[in-house]
Amino acid sequence: MSLDKATVRTIANLARLEVRDDELDHLAGELSNIMTFVEQLSEVNTDGVQPMTSVAALSLPRRADVVTDGNCRDKVLANAPEQQDGFFLVPKVVE
Amino acid sequence: MSKLVSLTMAEARKGLAAKEFTAVELVDAHILQAEKARPLNAFVTETFEAARAQAAASDQRLAKGQAGAMEGLPIGMKDLFCTEGVRTTACSKILENFVPPYESTVSANLKKAGAVVLGKTALDEFAMGSSNMTSAFGAVENPWKRRSDPAARLVPGGSSGGSAAAVAARTVMGATGTDTGGSIRQPAAFCGITGIKPTYGRCSRWGVIAFASSLDQAGPMARTVRDCAIMLGAMAGHDPKDSTSAPVAVPDFEAALSGDVRGLKVGIPREYRPDGLSDEVQALWDKGIALLKAAGATPVEISLPHTKYALPTYYIVAPAECSSNLARYDGLRYGRRVDGKSLDEMYAKSRAAGFGSEVRRRILIGTYVLSAGYYDAYYAKAQKVRRLIAEDFTKAFQTVDVILTPTAPSAAFGIGETDDNPVTMWLNDVFTIPTSLAGLPGLSLPAGLSADGLPLGLQLIGRPFDEETVLRVADVMEKAVGFDAVPAFVEG
Repeated sequence: MSLDKATVRTIANLARLEVRDDELDHLAGELSNIMTFVEQLSEVNTDGVQPMTSVAALSLPRRADVVTDGNCRDKVLANAPEQQDGFFLVPKVVE
Repeated sequence: MSKLVSLTMAEARKGLAAKEFTAVELVDAHILQAEKARPLNAFVTETFEAARAQAAASDQRLAKGQAGAMEGLPIGMKDLFCTEGVRTTACSKILENFVPPYESTVSANLKKAGAVVLGKTALDEFAMGSSNMTSAFGAVENPWKRRSDPAARLVPGGSSGGSAAAVAARTVMGATGTDTGGSIRQPAAFCGITGIKPTYGRCSRWGVIAFASSLDQAGPMARTVRDCAIMLGAMAGHDPKDSTSAPVAVPDFEAALSGDVRGLKVGIPREYRPDGLSDEVQALWDKGIALLKAAGATPVEISLPHTKYALPTYYIVAPAECSSNLARYDGLRYGRRVDGKSLDEMYAKSRAAGFGSEVRRRILIGTYVLSAGYYDAYYAKAQKVRRLIAEDFTKAFQTVDVILTPTAPSAAFGIGETDDNPVTMWLNDVFTIPTSLAGLPGLSLPAGLSADGLPLGLQLIGRPFDEETVLRVADVMEKAVGFDAVPAFVEG
């Protein structure tokens, strides 16, 4: 399995990771190596095997749909890189 | 070096109860040792002043007869556990200045038991690595040295390498680790200490910075099996805040150390003898088998036929979960932010500046295997093979009680001695990853030295929620091995 530069660019965009043009060749080589390594799974017969999503042999617990936490705005905002009037501040998103 | 730093937790607990020394004296001796060990770079953040105050509080509780199970015992906390008011970085630049406003359940449990935290220990960035070299705050050095080349600086393993080095260097009596594919067991082996990754669900993941949520599990690292049992008892327990935390009672792990393994069947998987396994590791494994046989257990050859597919399975499942978990680092609510002209540009620039190369690589792989058109071919396929790997163990445990294997294919390697191919680095975890994929308890204990004087570990694997048998067998092996070698740093 070989990944070309355009594919790496697409993945990086999906992952919201800025990648410089001069890094693309190296990354494409590295990621291709890894995909070649994992390719060996195709030789395993998995017909009729259910995908394993969790090793925990339990169903997810439920609880009443009530508020159990909150009233801690300042704690939530404490690590925000930028905040204003009790809100997170982001770059302008509406043109 | 104070003799207090050579005590085990079990010994220190007795000494404190008998008033031979105070918790303040015990903690001060370890702080002194930690200051001497600063060149190893095992701690990212020291909390010595808070530790002294905690130790004084421990002395008061000891005097009143209200001591917890780990009262006054100095420990290290892997910098992946959120600690209220104390910077928690995951050894990533993206969390360089993150101060959690809450405490993880495991660290809260340990504090409730009276443990005294000396600081936050280093790890590979976001626990992704086997050498501690991917930390954004510099490599950690293993306190052990090669006989043939004492000048070479060796890795402590990873990702819990800071914890392993801190324990081996006698700066703390134990430390927390987390293990996703071997991150407790491999560094324990490299540093000549003992560590157990308990069953998935045994310890709460709440407040532990996530890497791969279906695999991540916290566990103790210490210098003896008994100390691991003491510490695991304090860490474990059901937590409603983690929906995968198992609602099962925590047994008295120490009580499981009966010293008797007669009649137990010990599985020896034939697939763990790959071509090229070093003679040393092979001989160590054979020695372990012989010791258990002499103690009255019966070795049984077993087959875990899908073993060779564990590594490629892991390197689809773990990056997929990593890419999803690490999507939260957006430069918006916490963590590093680099401004951009648009919201998307801010995300992309913040993440590029904040993540190191191994983390970036895994996010990209994970994003790829989860993307439209590739999901079934890679991610769903890996989840199916994961089930086959887990079923191999289920079948084996119908005939055996515990499984014995090497922990890692080699002893600790040198900082910067590895090649650039990430897959080569991943081979370090070839013996530990299958256990992680199956969610089973796995313990590594030191079982001997390499020809070059470096510790080598053996791994014991148990049934789900049967840490007791694993600890019982490990305790018997520990006594039979009589590992008493001390790292060069401690010898002085």
